[in-house]
Amino acid sequence: MFAYIVRRLLWAVILLFLLSVVTFSIFYLVPRWAGASPETLAARYVGRSATAETVHVTAERLGFYDPVVVQYWNWVKGIFVGKEFDYGSGVEQCPAPCLGYSFITRQPVWPELLDRAPVTVSLVIGASLIWLVAGVTVGVISALRRGTVFDRGTMGVSLAGVSLPIFFTGLVSLSFFSYRLGITAPGGQFVPFSENPAMWAYSLLLPWITLAFLFSAQYARLTRAGMLETMTEDYIRTARAKGLPERTVVFKHGLRGALTPVLTIFGLDVGLLLGGAVLTEKTFSLNGLGKYGYDAIITGDLPKILGVTLVAGFFVIMANLIVDLLYGAIDPRVRLG
Amino acid sequence: MTSTALRDVTRRQPGQERQPFLEVLDLHVHFPTDDGLVKSVDGLSFSVERGRTLGIVGESGSGKSVTSLAIMGLHYRRASERSRPGARLGGEILLDGEDLLSKSPEYVRSLRGKRMAMIFQDPLSAMNPYYTVGRQIIEAYQIHNEVNAKVARKHAVDMLGRVGIPEPSHRIDSYPHQFSGGMRQRAMIAMALSCDPELLIADEPTTALDVTVQAQILDLIRDLQREFNSSVILITHDLGVVAELADDVLVMYAGRAAEYGSADQLFNRPAHPYTWGLLGSVPRFDRPQDERLLAIPGSPPSLIHVPPGCPFHPRCAYAARNEGRSEESRPELTPIEPGHFVACHLSPTDRAQIWADEIAPRL
Repeated sequence: MFAYIVRRLLWAVILLFLLSVVTFSIFYLVPRWAGASPETLAARYVGRSATAETVHVTAERLGFYDPVVVQYWNWVKGIFVGKEFDYGSGVEQCPAPCLGYSFITRQPVWPELLDRAPVTVSLVIGASLIWLVAGVTVGVISALRRGTVFDRGTMGVSLAGVSLPIFFTGLVSLSFFSYRLGITAPGGQFVPFSENPAMWAYSLLLPWITLAFLFSAQYARLTRAGMLETMTEDYIRTARAKGLPERTVVFKHGLRGALTPVLTIFGLDVGLLLGGAVLTEKTFSLNGLGKYGYDAIITGDLPKILGVTLVAGFFVIMANLIVDLLYGAIDPRVRLG
Repeated sequence: MTSTALRDVTRRQPGQERQPFLEVLDLHVHFPTDDGLVKSVDGLSFSVERGRTLGIVGESGSGKSVTSLAIMGLHYRRASERSRPGARLGGEILLDGEDLLSKSPEYVRSLRGKRMAMIFQDPLSAMNPYYTVGRQIIEAYQIHNEVNAKVARKHAVDMLGRVGIPEPSHRIDSYPHQFSGGMRQRAMIAMALSCDPELLIADEPTTALDVTVQAQILDLIRDLQREFNSSVILITHDLGVVAELADDVLVMYAGRAAEYGSADQLFNRPAHPYTWGLLGSVPRFDRPQDERLLAIPGSPPSLIHVPPGCPFHPRCAYAARNEGRSEESRPELTPIEPGHFVACHLSPTDRAQIWADEIAPRL
């Protein structure tokens, strides 16, 4: 078990390395291949009326004249030991982990990511708890009441939930609940949990519910399908034959088997969203990792894009690892090794 | 049939007035489906005494398992529930004199596992893979006995030891997949017997096991039955298993009784052409290898469109002797000797003649 975890962690490091190479290549190497010179690359980061001299200086400052391998090496080195930046107006220290400085705002990326992370983490934790509980509950009831009005109704609603994009449901619910009824916070607000837990929940309630609606639909369908399958298993009949009350049969024996795929997807979904719930954050104007990445892509701010990608990849890989470890705990037939 | 006539079947020995421990009278189990009404069990009567074993034999789909699930109260009664067609049950199932079909599901549940228990065919799929063997036995014990976890665990260890599992205090924490097939079935038996049930239903308990393990499991069931003095219903299509364990035998065909009697009567003086076919299709060591088995032609009938008259007549080699009665009227179970019943239109003379000329020499 311990060896397994160590091996998986080593794999995680290798994956992160590959991830950084690929991301770095996409943004640094591909433009070169396409024929872009260091000057054209640098031209994006200076004013429109900049002289050739300024462009040249900027390209040099950003390291665009170095071979790509050297640029990559410098970038990786920064993550582990930190580095110094010279922006012409004095040398700036960037301590490890240094993900570089924004080409545009000249702010270090890592502190900005740390600043944004609580927003995304708060959003995802709240929403995921809601959708897990709601989705599984609805799924179980639908499976047990298969073919009834409840089943058809919730499955219809969940089809809508799966199909409707968040920028539709989000905007509709914002306009209705926040602006028409005024019972939820308008977009763009975030109060840190440490500051005021009640306000934290209030400010995030609508994004939570909207995001959870999208996901709980999928979870309800997954749980329902799983329950329909496990409830026909022989061991359910055995459990009944023992004289267990139906409640125990359903929740202890039926739900247990149905939850395995649900928890797998849950881990992956949470990992993916922690790297940035882009659409949700954009819709509700929350300054989380997703919106940070989105803005970075729009402005072509390479260090920011790299930083956000790396963090998102880290979350996905960690989520995978946790799911695999949980698998061994959930299903005794799975032996990790 | 009138209830008195049914009682003649269930209290087979003449003059028996004592209530058998389990008495099934005119049991019907029907499933309404989109294709029509499936008559899985259609007028079945039998009984089991305390300490005796009844073997129920028949082909797949003859209603053996449906009958056992009906006794246990494990059929869904409502159609809307969980994708299965709801079962319509009729008749009486008297457990120690109480009609289970007229009791509330909650009351029947309280009997399940306590007064009546069941062992299933495939112990791997019948045990929950997510919980340890011990936990599943403890669960069965604790639901009917107000004991703390420690006592329940000790009881589970005892039970595992009694069914012959080595190192029970260690193996109790194993998962079902860590057991061999025979060990799993032993554990299932330990689970079923954990509350000392008075009625044990074993639904093909050895079908999924190796031949060498089958004998061990049968021995175990017999020993435990003697120890607990429980009634056993043994459902199987394996006549060898029936010969090994059963005191009485019920041969089922298309949801009805074809023949019913003691094991001695059934094996030595079988009377129904279907029983002849079953016995004739058993491979034997003491016969020349080139001699063909007496296979029953055709296949079991659809339970939606059961043949009119005797359900066996399309496959019966002797139906022509009955002047059309086989096609027209359903034969009732009638006694041909004390305690031996057969549902067949053959006249006693015809039957005796066929038996002497064709069947006896080949069995």
